Amino acid sequence: MSEPILRVTGLSKRFGGFVALEGIDLEVHAGERLGLIGPNGSGKTTLINCISGALYNDTGRIVFEGRDVTRLTAHRRARLGVARSFQIPKPFRSMTVLENLRVPLEYAARDRTEHRRVGDEAREVLELIGLKERANEGSAGLTQVDMRKLELARALAAKPRLLVSDEAMAGLSSAEVDDILEILFALNRRGVAVIMIEHIMRAVMRFSERVVVLDAGRKIAQGTPEEILHNADVERAYLGE
Amino acid sequence: MDLFSNAIVAGILLGAFYAAVAVGLAITFGQLDIVNIAHPAFVIAGSYCTWIINTRLGLDPVLIGVLLTPIFFVVGAGIYRIYYAAFERTGQESLSGLAFFFGMMFIIEVVLILVYGVDYRLVSAGYIGGTIEFGYVGIPFRMLVPCVVAAAVTVGVWLYLSRTFTGRAILAVAQDRLALQLMGADPVRIKQFAFGLAIATTAIAGSLLIIIGPVEPSVGRVYIGRAFAIVVLGGMGSIPGMIVAALILGVVETLVGTFMGPSWAPAVAFGVLLLTLAIRPTGLFGRQ
Amino acid sequence: MKRADIVFSAILAAVFLSGLGLTEVMKNEYYFNAMYVVLQATIMAVAWNILGGFTGYVNFGSAGFFAIGAYTSIVLDKAFGLPLPFLILGGATVCGALGLGVGYLTLRLKGVYFAIATLAMAIVFETFINNWSYVGGARGVYLLTPEKHLWFDSYIQMLFVLMLALALACIAVSRFLNSSRLGRGLAAIRDDEVAAECAGVPTLRLKLISATVMGAMMGIAGAPYPFFVTFVDPLSAFSLFVAVNSIAMPMIGGTAHWLGPVIGALLVGTAQEIITVNVSSELNVLLVGIMLVVFITLAPQGIVGLAQ
Repeated sequence: MSEPILRVTGLSKRFGGFVALEGIDLEVHAGERLGLIGPNGSGKTTLINCISGALYNDTGRIVFEGRDVTRLTAHRRARLGVARSFQIPKPFRSMTVLENLRVPLEYAARDRTEHRRVGDEAREVLELIGLKERANEGSAGLTQVDMRKLELARALAAKPRLLVSDEAMAGLSSAEVDDILEILFALNRRGVAVIMIEHIMRAVMRFSERVVVLDAGRKIAQGTPEEILHNADVERAYLGE
Repeated sequence: MDLFSNAIVAGILLGAFYAAVAVGLAITFGQLDIVNIAHPAFVIAGSYCTWIINTRLGLDPVLIGVLLTPIFFVVGAGIYRIYYAAFERTGQESLSGLAFFFGMMFIIEVVLILVYGVDYRLVSAGYIGGTIEFGYVGIPFRMLVPCVVAAAVTVGVWLYLSRTFTGRAILAVAQDRLALQLMGADPVRIKQFAFGLAIATTAIAGSLLIIIGPVEPSVGRVYIGRAFAIVVLGGMGSIPGMIVAALILGVVETLVGTFMGPSWAPAVAFGVLLLTLAIRPTGLFGRQ
Repeated sequence: MKRADIVFSAILAAVFLSGLGLTEVMKNEYYFNAMYVVLQATIMAVAWNILGGFTGYVNFGSAGFFAIGAYTSIVLDKAFGLPLPFLILGGATVCGALGLGVGYLTLRLKGVYFAIATLAMAIVFETFINNWSYVGGARGVYLLTPEKHLWFDSYIQMLFVLMLALALACIAVSRFLNSSRLGRGLAAIRDDEVAAECAGVPTLRLKLISATVMGAMMGIAGAPYPFFVTFVDPLSAFSLFVAVNSIAMPMIGGTAHWLGPVIGALLVGTAQEIITVNVSSELNVLLVGIMLVVFITLAPQGIVGLAQ
């Protein structure tokens, strides 16, 4: 197998006395679809905060495309190609939908984008995501599902090679879930590796090539979706003894 | 040595008073995350109300302070209502909320100047002017009485917050709105009550302030630094921490004032504040 | 250059030329005094808005930057006798560095702490100046009005034109920032700093740039002040009125757009001059406080927001 684009080794993170993550090893390959699951409080969001740079891990290394990014700020990692969407959407409320996309295009994707093409590329992303008609609407008044799409659109506009999607489907209807799933598949077809954190099992099972399971800050299992479904440790973690 | 020990004792007394000034801010800023920069202005308003009633009716200043608390409570609750409707509900707290209280502080100070001018005002009471001696340390009553009352108020508020249902709800509301709602308490009403309580403390703090020394409208400004320095140094969300910080500030300020000159005193509080923010923003006993 | 830029430059030029024209036509010195005050307020409002409105970090210590600009002027004039342009440059440099320094210490914290820290900074500096006898300490210092005023009829006319030029320059910088890539980065920081950082915006660096520009502009506003008033003391230089105006004017005019602080300053500044002459100057001070509270409660987007 080729060299992974993301390699996390021995990652630990504590908050005061509370151990959020302990000795996490993780690998993601180029263009891979990885599902990250685990009960509430297992450390999934903390892990992606460390990967994206929102938090700094206490021990361990994070290597992205051969580069040690462990101590890099989040914006530097974004420029290198690590993007994330937030569980609770965080649009730039004073801007229109289109203007929201200018920011990642002009900053994170700066080295990969021509200055003159920013507007066009923003519109292309909106087309892909299905928000083209809303381009000039204010981002503050969007519906829930459109806000989630805008989150993903912004992440996509950063032209990442790794996207972490944090519960992009929580609270959505079944049809809306499929909508978002389609967008993630389309993203992946363009060569973007995706780490999907989700509680909606059918989405995880459909989407992931490989699944990693966390519980209480440790990795307790990894494998194909089918293997995970039948894993006794995973069952125990979710259902208790 | 004489000077030094007098300064230490004076500093502790002053620190105890500062704690009473800061306890209201510890609630609004430390617990509710509302940056009420107008808090010291309310204290000055309390001082002026005390002066007016003391001059007209001759009542004891501490008594006046206590009598004023329900009025200040209602005013505080009302102001919170406006703040909530205009800012918290729409999520605009950061920029507009700050400017709101800044404007409020300004209005209070300027109204006082316009109506009463910039002359220093003082109150009269039987014990002001007397001193009690402990060996080579002399404590003026005008410091001792406020210190004792301040300590009572501060400890009282702390006990209230940690022992009663409403008090604990106030401590909880910043951390977990949902749990509070599930318990049947309305977060907005709790916060309104807390804000009212905080402003009520300024009534007493104001009455104590004018016992300690003469007051004029711009005196409040130095207290902005003191109050925020105390709350930040003590650690957000920690009343005991706030008390310790108040005592530290009182002592340091008095030492600086005694040995370097009183014109340096304002810089102490603000300097402490800047240092704390730069080096250890969570303060001594802070929560995050 | 885009057409909008050409129109804007033309307007700036027209305004400046009218200002020059006024010095030929108008003989009543009072009006130049009044306009100087309004222009000074405009620069302060525009400056404040760069960090406050564009980037979302509230500065309560505007009076500190202004006063340090003024006192830098005094020190450079007293020590080296430098001409006015150099004093302005000095003020801009010192206050720009101040903005950078204070920013570096506190912009990594939440906006709330930054706001309080700026107030603290202003008071710490006021205390230092109060204790510094070289610049007169608490008693203040008198300055003689310089002899030279180029081809103008009087010194105040020259100051007016100078201030006009400076104000227009600051407005142009503000407008450029508002619509540039840098400005969009600042707006992203204001709207959601965490999301901005994850979208690749170097938030700390942009915040520092914003604070430095703001500081420098406020220093520019303060540098000619000693020559305008001829008597400077800490009480007037560090006046809370300056601080409140620098916040109220942008908030009333509208903080998201470069035009907001300009409109706010012109409207409020002119109103204040009229009230000072006809009623009293203390009333001004009360009114601006009330206007600030009323506007942010009822019209948080300011006049520009209402118009949109």
